[in-house]
Amino acid sequence: MEDTLANIKRGERCIITDVSSIHIPLKLLEMGCLPGNYVELVQVAPFHDPMYLNINGTHLAIRKETAMHILIKK
Amino acid sequence: MSKQINVALIGNPNTGKTSVFNALTGLNQKVGNYPGITVEKKEGVCKLPRGVKAHIIDLPGTYSLNASSLDENVVIELLLNKNDKDFPDLAVVVSDVENLKRNLLLFTQIKDLEIPTILVINMADRMAYKGISLDLEYLEEHLKTKIALISTRKNQGIERLKSLISNYKDLSISHNIDLTEIDKDYFENLKNAFPNQLIYKLWLVITQDVNFGKTDRNEIDAVANFKTKSKSDLKRLQQKETIKRYQFINEVLKKGQTIDAAQAKDLRMKIDRIITHQVWGYVIFFIILLTIFQAIYDWSSIPMDFIDSTFASLSEWTKNQLPQGTFTSLLAEGIIPGLGGIVIFIPQIAFLFLFISVLEESGYMSRVVFLMDRIMRRFGLSGKSIVPLISGTACAIPAIMATRNIENWKERLITILVTPFITCSARLPVYLIIISLVIPEGRFIGLGYQALTLMLLYLIGFVAAVSSAYILNRVLKIKSKTFFVVEMPNYKLPLLKNVAITVLEKTKSFVFGAGKIILAISIVLWFLASFGPGVDFKNAKEITTKEYASQNLSQEEFQQKVATHKLEHSFIGITGRAIEPAIRPLGYDWKIGIAIVSSFAAREVFVGTLATIYSVGSDEEETIKNRMAGEVNPILGGPLFNFASGISLLLFYAFAMQCMSTLAIVKRETNSWKWPILQLTIMTLFAYIVALIAFQLLK
Repeated sequence: MEDTLANIKRGERCIITDVSSIHIPLKLLEMGCLPGNYVELVQVAPFHDPMYLNINGTHLAIRKETAMHILIKK
Repeated sequence: MSKQINVALIGNPNTGKTSVFNALTGLNQKVGNYPGITVEKKEGVCKLPRGVKAHIIDLPGTYSLNASSLDENVVIELLLNKNDKDFPDLAVVVSDVENLKRNLLLFTQIKDLEIPTILVINMADRMAYKGISLDLEYLEEHLKTKIALISTRKNQGIERLKSLISNYKDLSISHNIDLTEIDKDYFENLKNAFPNQLIYKLWLVITQDVNFGKTDRNEIDAVANFKTKSKSDLKRLQQKETIKRYQFINEVLKKGQTIDAAQAKDLRMKIDRIITHQVWGYVIFFIILLTIFQAIYDWSSIPMDFIDSTFASLSEWTKNQLPQGTFTSLLAEGIIPGLGGIVIFIPQIAFLFLFISVLEESGYMSRVVFLMDRIMRRFGLSGKSIVPLISGTACAIPAIMATRNIENWKERLITILVTPFITCSARLPVYLIIISLVIPEGRFIGLGYQALTLMLLYLIGFVAAVSSAYILNRVLKIKSKTFFVVEMPNYKLPLLKNVAITVLEKTKSFVFGAGKIILAISIVLWFLASFGPGVDFKNAKEITTKEYASQNLSQEEFQQKVATHKLEHSFIGITGRAIEPAIRPLGYDWKIGIAIVSSFAAREVFVGTLATIYSVGSDEEETIKNRMAGEVNPILGGPLFNFASGISLLLFYAFAMQCMSTLAIVKRETNSWKWPILQLTIMTLFAYIVALIAFQLLK
């Protein structure tokens, strides 16, 4: 099932299917946020924002508004 | 004589690059700035076998050559400018064994610039723990490089790295990726247009918005105009390039690296479930802050009292040993108390930098960024603002420089503008001396009243910072794109050597940087306080004799009156009296006025100034604190430093913008005089009003 990364649940592991290159900083892509890589939600701050993710072995935090431009497959 | 080898140390943040730098250079390092910008430039010398020396530059940490900040620009500007005197003979790329895949991205980019490159794989001690094994021979062959597997923590592999550096001429310079495979037409056209240039270099010139050296300016302009593609197309191409690089890296690591997932333990995840928890995360953060403040106050008071009394005796001793005269007076009443005013900060500054560097080194600071982002955003700040705000407790200057990581310009500007409200270490001596004079010593549930007052002042600074951020966020109409990407590095036990070097470096730069200003001001003040115009100053003795003729003064009391009279009619006394009407409603006398005026250069001058002024007026050996306690308010009577005037002074210092260096940095970072002037006016005005209200209510 396709969804955006903003709706991922804690502990869930998904595969990235598409990233909108206009809305996503190059830096995030370079840190491994690319189609085909896995992503897992480690922890969220209050109000589900920002999100602490494990993307392809890199642990990083992004804001929900950025996560909305990343598509995932469960 | 053999030539010195230029080495550039490059790597992602959190790979232990600085540890490698420290391991190679030891204390043979110096920290400066890149010309014209405030990016820190760290250089050092490493002794290699056979008497060869390597000049090592520790470049700012970066994830890639696609720069998104000033710090990162420095890296690519150096690597693209062959005429720079620091242009590296070889690059040493530092990677972390646990994040090899991501770290190799930067490595392949540097390889493509055809610079001889050594790959350092750091943190080798973590391999067994993570179930990682490497086929180094295979990796060396396919990455076309030499690898040094090292552990700075266990001090292993450094010798191999040194020998690889000295044999750098054997390194391959062939590239890793062929860009023409990404978009044949575009890159072949580019190649044909500039046949003598490296294709990856051309590509960087087109995509990066940085200032390349003047030398090949014309050619650079020509390249930069060779676009033929729209901005979004270029961005898509960069994405393709990144995917291409990862394909290459995955291919190489498939055979060169095995990870036994069954053996891998992930402590970070377990710790982070608590440390970044929605409730416990905040509780832990608060306890850490509380501990730091209590520690700074309690621990540093012992060496500080010692320094204070030592300088008082030194000044007295000088006076007794040397023959009387202007020089002795300058030494004992100008220079020595001035120096004391600098040295007295050392314990607290050292402690503060100790805590900050431990928080940064351990990886905890990134968790705080995560925890605070949502809250800070309500105030127009970013989670990343928390790093400048916390570093601001040491000094606003490095703190304002640390705002460079904030990608969003509006969030960054607001952070720069409000950071000076945070209680910096220069305010500490002012706070400490006034608190010890006006706040009683009792205890409240284990915490001293004095420590609690100090904590409250830190809190006031923080509240002032976030509330002004909230207002600025409403007032400033700036549109800018928001990016927020923060890496959560693995937890690490801070290396003692790294922490020690940071504390030493920062303390040293404070003592010599601020020290110069303080000393110069002390000498000027001494001069202004020791000389005066007109007959009133010259005939102090006669006038005093006449005035007190009816009273039976002892010799000592008489001397005291003469000195006070002289001080009042010296240059400084005249100036002080001129401004007294403006500050009297705040509960200050003209001596405090002088201290405030002189501390517009830097807050820490306040204590030194009072020390100098009171030294000039007294013969006895006394600590600054005792002298201040003995001052009497000329109008209201009673001690000059009482609860009302003390609180008023504390609040004035909490809010006023009294640091020329900070204003200079703000000018440099915002590239306009508008912001520092705004800061100076609003903060000082606000400070005056608050101090006025406080004194009038409490007196």
